[in-house]
Amino acid sequence: MITAVQLQKETIERLVVTYPFLESFFSDNNLDVIQKEGLTLEEYFNTFDEEEIENKALDKEQALNSMVEYINGMVQFLGSTEEEAIRTLTILPGTDKSGNPEQFEQITIKQSEIICIVGPTGSGKSRLLGDIEWVAQNDTPTSRKILINEEKPDMKWRYSSGNKLVAQLSQNMNFVMDLTVREFLELHAKSRMVENEEEVIARIIEAANNLAGEKFIPETPITSLSGGQSRALMIADTAILSKSPIILIDEIENAGIDRKKALELLVSEEKIVLMATHDPLLALMGDKRIVIKNGGIHKVIDTSQNEKALLEELEKMDNRVQDLRSRLRHGEQLDNVNF
Amino acid sequence: MNLITVSGPPSSGKTSVILKTIESLKKRGIAVGVVKFDCLSTDDDLLYEKAGLPVKKGLSGALCPDHYFVSNIEEVTEWGLSLKLDLLITESAGLCNRCSPYIQDIKAVCVIDNLSGINTPKKIGPMLKMADIVIITKGDIVSQAEREVFASRVNTVNPSAVIMHINGLTGQGAYELSTLLFDETITLDTLKGKKLRFSMPAALCSYCLGETRIGASYQMGNVRKMEMGEKQ
Repeated sequence: MITAVQLQKETIERLVVTYPFLESFFSDNNLDVIQKEGLTLEEYFNTFDEEEIENKALDKEQALNSMVEYINGMVQFLGSTEEEAIRTLTILPGTDKSGNPEQFEQITIKQSEIICIVGPTGSGKSRLLGDIEWVAQNDTPTSRKILINEEKPDMKWRYSSGNKLVAQLSQNMNFVMDLTVREFLELHAKSRMVENEEEVIARIIEAANNLAGEKFIPETPITSLSGGQSRALMIADTAILSKSPIILIDEIENAGIDRKKALELLVSEEKIVLMATHDPLLALMGDKRIVIKNGGIHKVIDTSQNEKALLEELEKMDNRVQDLRSRLRHGEQLDNVNF
Repeated sequence: MNLITVSGPPSSGKTSVILKTIESLKKRGIAVGVVKFDCLSTDDDLLYEKAGLPVKKGLSGALCPDHYFVSNIEEVTEWGLSLKLDLLITESAGLCNRCSPYIQDIKAVCVIDNLSGINTPKKIGPMLKMADIVIITKGDIVSQAEREVFASRVNTVNPSAVIMHINGLTGQGAYELSTLLFDETITLDTLKGKKLRFSMPAALCSYCLGETRIGASYQMGNVRKMEMGEKQ
């Protein structure tokens, strides 16, 4: 742990060599250090006259403390590795909206498992997902408890900004940035501090193209991707670049994307997948499904052999529809199709 | 009484977040009131009223909204105390990116939204840098990658803040925020003697005093000129 006193005595040059991520700290805080690398931090702050301090809305003490906080946070973030891998997620019962105890002993979900969540709108799906994200400890409206690796989890999961427990894939398929696919992924990779940036970006684009019906290239602007391509990019990016061990999915629309491969990709990255869906094709791909009623977990159903067989039939039907879609795209006529 | 100052750029979702959070606070039997600060006009006070909350609104009109805030906050606190509130929330918009209505030892919350663009955290000054809690809204409209990039930019300018994601429409995350707002061990009796965390934007030139004419000879007081390079 570095302190403010130690920090002040170091030259900017040495600081940036030791902590390369400080470059973004300087630039995001509007601190121009170019050609001032030889100065110690203390000397650097003393170069500002009163007017500059006022104009930049700079508070030296705050800037310094903030830098200490940032360095220590980043060092911890970069140092966290496999030892903290999440192998299991356990839900312990609480109560439903009427205060009745939930009827299960415990639900344990393992890495690479897919769990579906079903129930009508307003039944409490979001609250369950909220309980997981907040690693509830009998301190949410449902009184549920969440365990990680069968133990009471570290409360850092609640407040850490770079190391969230849950990543979410929402139904929305828009990007609000105006960048190419490559620039977009570079930006994300930089914020995750990955070392082999080029390699990771290439992997994501390949994986996304493997999911999307139509291929795109690194130079494609993200705003001109089709719905299916955007979805594919978001899924591949979350699977490969996001550090969160649990992925939450709110439906995957059946348009221009191979949903089975998408789930396989997430699972192959050792994520725990929770999916709110009423689409039989997706719901039956899950290992289990949690049924929510009146704010509580009503029951847990293991996907049966018969359901797995039904899934195969559904997949065949789906493939046929996808095939027709692709033939339409290529300008074919569908006169002689028997269904 | 606890006092919380909430601020953030216009339309970032402050009112929605506050309303959703108060729902959880009320369930715990905590008496909450709100004071809304704005510039020219606001109907947000009606939303608070509709939610059954004691509310006051203050419009700064022709004055710098932050100067207006700090000139009134003491009376606002007294109002909250007279109603025997457990928690008083003030809501004010940061309009010039240099605003910062935060007070030392008073919990400060900044609300900003994912749609404002990833360079926004860099542009906002003390209002973001000196907040204790930063709420990021509108996460449902952007991708996971955009959320992560935005949050990491916020973390670079304010590494000590608790960063939370809240959906102001569905209220997702608001319960969690409510657990961080009220501290029963705090009893605030007066703001007298307390200080702002950061000075407010300076002013007082001839235009502050109603001058409308353009030209150097009409400019007096705190005036500053842009660097335009040498004249041709």
